[in-house]
Amino acid sequence: MAQETQNAIQDPIIRVRDITVQFGATRVLDGLNLDVKRGEILGFVGPSGAGKSVLTRTIIGLVPKVAGSIEVFGVDLDSSSTSQRRSVERRWGVLFQQGALFSSLTVRQNIQFPMREYLRVSQRLMDEITLAKLTMVGLKPEVADRFPSELSGGMIKRVALARALSLDPDLVFLDEPTSGLDPIGAGDFDELVRTLQRTLGLTVFMVTHDLDSLYTACDRIAVLGNGKIIAAGSIADMQASQHPWLRQYFHGKRARAVMG
Amino acid sequence: MSGDPKLERIAKGNGLALCATGTWTASFAPVLERMVADAEKLAGGSQSIFIDVSEVAKLDTFGAWLIERLRRSLTQGAVEAQIAGLSANYSSLVDEVRRVRATPVVDSSAVTITGMLEQIGRAVAGVAGTVAGLVDMLGAVLAAGFRVLIHPRSFRLTSTVHHMEQVCWRAVPIIVLITFLIGCIIAQQGIFHFRRFGADIFVVDMLGVLVLREIGVLLVAIMVAGRSGSAYTAELGSMKMREEIDALRTMGFDPIEVLVLPRMLALVLALPILAFLGAMAALYGGGLVAWLYGGVDPEAFLLRLRDAISIDHFIVGIVKAPVMAAVIGIVACVEGLAVQGSAESLGQHTTASVVKGIFFVIVMDGVFAIFFASIGM
Repeated sequence: MAQETQNAIQDPIIRVRDITVQFGATRVLDGLNLDVKRGEILGFVGPSGAGKSVLTRTIIGLVPKVAGSIEVFGVDLDSSSTSQRRSVERRWGVLFQQGALFSSLTVRQNIQFPMREYLRVSQRLMDEITLAKLTMVGLKPEVADRFPSELSGGMIKRVALARALSLDPDLVFLDEPTSGLDPIGAGDFDELVRTLQRTLGLTVFMVTHDLDSLYTACDRIAVLGNGKIIAAGSIADMQASQHPWLRQYFHGKRARAVMG
Repeated sequence: MSGDPKLERIAKGNGLALCATGTWTASFAPVLERMVADAEKLAGGSQSIFIDVSEVAKLDTFGAWLIERLRRSLTQGAVEAQIAGLSANYSSLVDEVRRVRATPVVDSSAVTITGMLEQIGRAVAGVAGTVAGLVDMLGAVLAAGFRVLIHPRSFRLTSTVHHMEQVCWRAVPIIVLITFLIGCIIAQQGIFHFRRFGADIFVVDMLGVLVLREIGVLLVAIMVAGRSGSAYTAELGSMKMREEIDALRTMGFDPIEVLVLPRMLALVLALPILAFLGAMAALYGGGLVAWLYGGVDPEAFLLRLRDAISIDHFIVGIVKAPVMAAVIGIVACVEGLAVQGSAESLGQHTTASVVKGIFFVIVMDGVFAIFFASIGM
């Protein structure tokens, strides 16, 4: 696996340069630089309120930035044409923190929504692919005809992942995918992300607080603090770091419990 | 990308061998589906079946599933179709897809005559439920009101004042403008038609009686139902969707007392005020048109108005206002609390709130008309 990641083309799939994001007088991101390499799972950590979700939303284009540039798949999102932007959007999938499923559509319709928009395939194939996606994320076929309001928190996460993967994207953004899942479910989820990354050559950008995920699923970890990336590297680099917050994070009681 | 996907038959003794090449991904899904459907017809009569995928450049869930679908439909009886040449990279994906049990989707949305009859039946039966729900809410609000009377400290004054500002103060400009215009129109139409009989001056009688007894309060009530009733339903509905109402309940608060009572009270106080302002604006507009268009000068208008109307006309109008406000408020709150989890449901209940609110306002107006006629007012 490690060898495969190295063999992958080394150009970054996301290239973030000097971005600054400001809400009123508060500067949330301040000249931040970040590269995400093709085929890796990047774990993104930082204290609550540091701006992890803001960075994710800025890359996706939901939050306007004051300065800086963002390239995804080599396309500069500021200077790109509408059709270029659409083709980039077709190649990424986003899992929002609360799932963000369409509440008036069933699970099946939610997963088929992007397919209907972008692909011209038969209803039969869409139904079968929906079933395949549900199986992949560990849900029973019976769930397909339920509405989001009839699902548990963990099921919402899984359906949202199935929708994010609906078009087999090259890149997925996961915003706290394992929060609100039981430990076994969370472990399965990490395993699932790993499997998908391996089989589909997926690049994963994962905002997380789950130490287990960092240890088992992530190839590389980036740490956000004071509006900048304060450290990026493997889990061993993080443990060796002398930064006070990192020391607390990776040597605290919970981290020791995870490491056993 | 390594070119368009292909699926070719290659000769292999008396067995069937298919060779898949190219990019088997979502972007080519329509082409792939057609090719696989064609290849499925080759089933039967072969002793061994192989699908060679070693030349596939790129595979995703769509491609993997279509290959799996082909494998399943070619498998007949004792002969099992085999997938050959699968690269290690993709084997887990194909394994993943193999776990899928394809079950045909049952389409339950078919329209039948019995289904339509059933819907009509349910809708009629639902009317009783609607009335029961309204009576239920009326009881709950009155009970909460009595509780507040006994413990006045639990009354939410700030909330009530806030809602008064929303439904009363902020509604004044639009209510005054619209009733003013309606007053103008009534006066103009009256003068235009009465002039033929030389009865111009009777327009004042018509305007006074109509505005004070009926139009003033009815028009204002309909506008408040559209403006504030819908807002109440949307507010309560979105609070219901986000479990805020459940949160209140678990903290030991009664949602009726905290949310519904202040809103109801604000509406019951606001509607008479708005109805009064509306009536004045309509009379003013009518008077203005009578003067400028009909040549009835203000002094004559006021003198005639004093003869034509009595305080009874005003009371008949204004007494209706709080009752209509209560009806609008109850309908809006019942609909708001009935919202289910989806955005669609919120829209349906907001619509229902306005439609039912206006309907009941008009029904109440009719009931009042009969009542006042029988007591001779």
